[in-house]
Amino acid sequence: MSTTLLIIQTLNGLQFGIILFLIAAGLTLVFGVMDFINLAHGVQYMVGAYLAAAFTAMTGNFGLGLLLALPTALAFGLVLEVLIFRHLYDRDHLDQVLATFGVILFLNQAVKFVWGAAPLFVPVPEILSGSIEIAPGLLYPVYRLAIIAAGLGVAALLYGLVNHTRAGMLVRAGATNAPMVSALGVDIRRLFMLVFGFGAMLAGFAGAMVAPILSVEPGMGDNLLILAFVVIVIGGIGSVRGAFIAALAVGLVDTLGRSFASNILRLFLDSGAASQTGRALAPMLIYILMAAILFFRPSGLFPVRR
Amino acid sequence: MNEIATPSPAALDVPRAPALRRYGVPVLVFAAFALAPIAAAQGAEGYILSLLTRVMIFAIAAMSLDLILGYGALVSFGHAAFLGIGAYAVGILASHGIESALVQLLAALGASALFALVTGAISMRTKGVYFIMITLAFGQMLYFLATSLSAYGGDDGLTLPSRSLLFGANLLKGDHAFYYAVLGCLLGCYLLCRSVVASRFGRVLRGAKENAVRMQAIGFAPYRFQLGAYVLAGTLCGLAGFLLANQTEFVSPAYMTWQRSGELIVVVVLGGLASLHGAIIGAAAFLLLEEVLSGYTEHWKMIFGPLLVLVVLYARGGILGMMGGRHG
Repeated sequence: MSTTLLIIQTLNGLQFGIILFLIAAGLTLVFGVMDFINLAHGVQYMVGAYLAAAFTAMTGNFGLGLLLALPTALAFGLVLEVLIFRHLYDRDHLDQVLATFGVILFLNQAVKFVWGAAPLFVPVPEILSGSIEIAPGLLYPVYRLAIIAAGLGVAALLYGLVNHTRAGMLVRAGATNAPMVSALGVDIRRLFMLVFGFGAMLAGFAGAMVAPILSVEPGMGDNLLILAFVVIVIGGIGSVRGAFIAALAVGLVDTLGRSFASNILRLFLDSGAASQTGRALAPMLIYILMAAILFFRPSGLFPVRR
Repeated sequence: MNEIATPSPAALDVPRAPALRRYGVPVLVFAAFALAPIAAAQGAEGYILSLLTRVMIFAIAAMSLDLILGYGALVSFGHAAFLGIGAYAVGILASHGIESALVQLLAALGASALFALVTGAISMRTKGVYFIMITLAFGQMLYFLATSLSAYGGDDGLTLPSRSLLFGANLLKGDHAFYYAVLGCLLGCYLLCRSVVASRFGRVLRGAKENAVRMQAIGFAPYRFQLGAYVLAGTLCGLAGFLLANQTEFVSPAYMTWQRSGELIVVVVLGGLASLHGAIIGAAAFLLLEEVLSGYTEHWKMIFGPLLVLVVLYARGGILGMMGGRHG
């Protein structure tokens, strides 16, 4: 277990956690404010990645592609909201699960229809390509550092928006008691639309950012959706702060677990059994973490007071 | 088992539907399944029989989910785990040379019940969405456990040498024999669930769904009843897993992905919640529609997805709801 590997994997875990946060932030707000289970949040991440890939290919410039992808992802989210989701807010959770499951099926297939089943490849932008030496003899890709920086920037922005603006105040109030906010004369539909569009854009942003380092393919959002749910449940539904901490925790536990579970087990078991158990245990770690947290704190780490 | 013929008055707390619809629909459904092989003999027999067998197996799984979802409002998002347990019980025992259906079935049911008891006892501490997510977590744990079982195929799964043996003979080998065995299981599960729902146990379960606090106030501990229902549902789904492994003669972690759990929820809601036979109709609609649409275009999900959305938006109460005003 060398220190270099530990540092690199910690950075990878942070980067993964940041991406998870970008997806989970929108999900937790939509869930907390509107009490709406949006399984289609994962495909919005996928759509963001595809849009970035398409616009990058069109303009030949990743920065420009990203700039075009963001408003398009926002518009896309709003269209979905107007067409489908706003009719589901006052339905029960099962109806929401069913309808958004339908949206997943449709969009996963639609991107296959438009762009084909083969993964798309997006080049890392010129200025952010290559690696830098972050410590003597320790190289790390610049682009991944850029993702961490961008994610932290968005987190700070989100913190300011939610805690220090009027819209943010309404969102927080909505997460606590939406009918009361509405009764006080706030146009709750517009607030919902705003939150939803913003969440969709954040998920799209996450997708666009990972497009150069992951393969852009149909269904890429499915597993991240589940991880994002794990994050918001650990963090406490409706809490952006909880989502941030939980996202970093999940990112780190998952990444470090996959690299070091076998090594740690080797301290107690013989090496054959250790690598076998380690491989079995590593992908389960975050779910064990979640089950344990819910066992002791059945409403997550930072429950929103109601 | 004669609850069907003589339901206790308290079983009729659902908005009263004409007797014809209450009993007619399930009888029709089972009659259709019983007679289907005769019709199938006219055409592509093997194909139709195996498709319908798959429908019935999924119907058992969906019905077991309906027991906790429809009657107990316990939204389990990890129900496919039990399919996996049942299937792996067959696969693992068979790979050690134990091919007796009886032993495999006991192992499948026992393991499912045990897993349901342990995870249910933990999950019931949470409510609502947190319950959905913790059941998902247990499902995912089992999924990843299965992918790491390299002795039993890992990611790739495990091919069975043959179907389970009854009394040392390969009685389940023929398509017809297996079809009717599955139909028997489906009917048995249906009658069992029906009588459970109509019993005192079922009434407490439904009472706790409506208002848990009030049930406590009149002296029932909902926890024990809900846990009981969860264990029963898990065990029945384990049976479906046992049958699924036998049908495909193949076992793989793909049986317990979260998407599969989601599909089971979709099937139950699509058919009509809290009616048991709705789950059968939902399973048939889901699988047959998939089969028909995918025959037209490889992009069938682009039709199926919007169809689901439309069903939710315009047809409350699922297919049963559409057939009549049963759900008001």
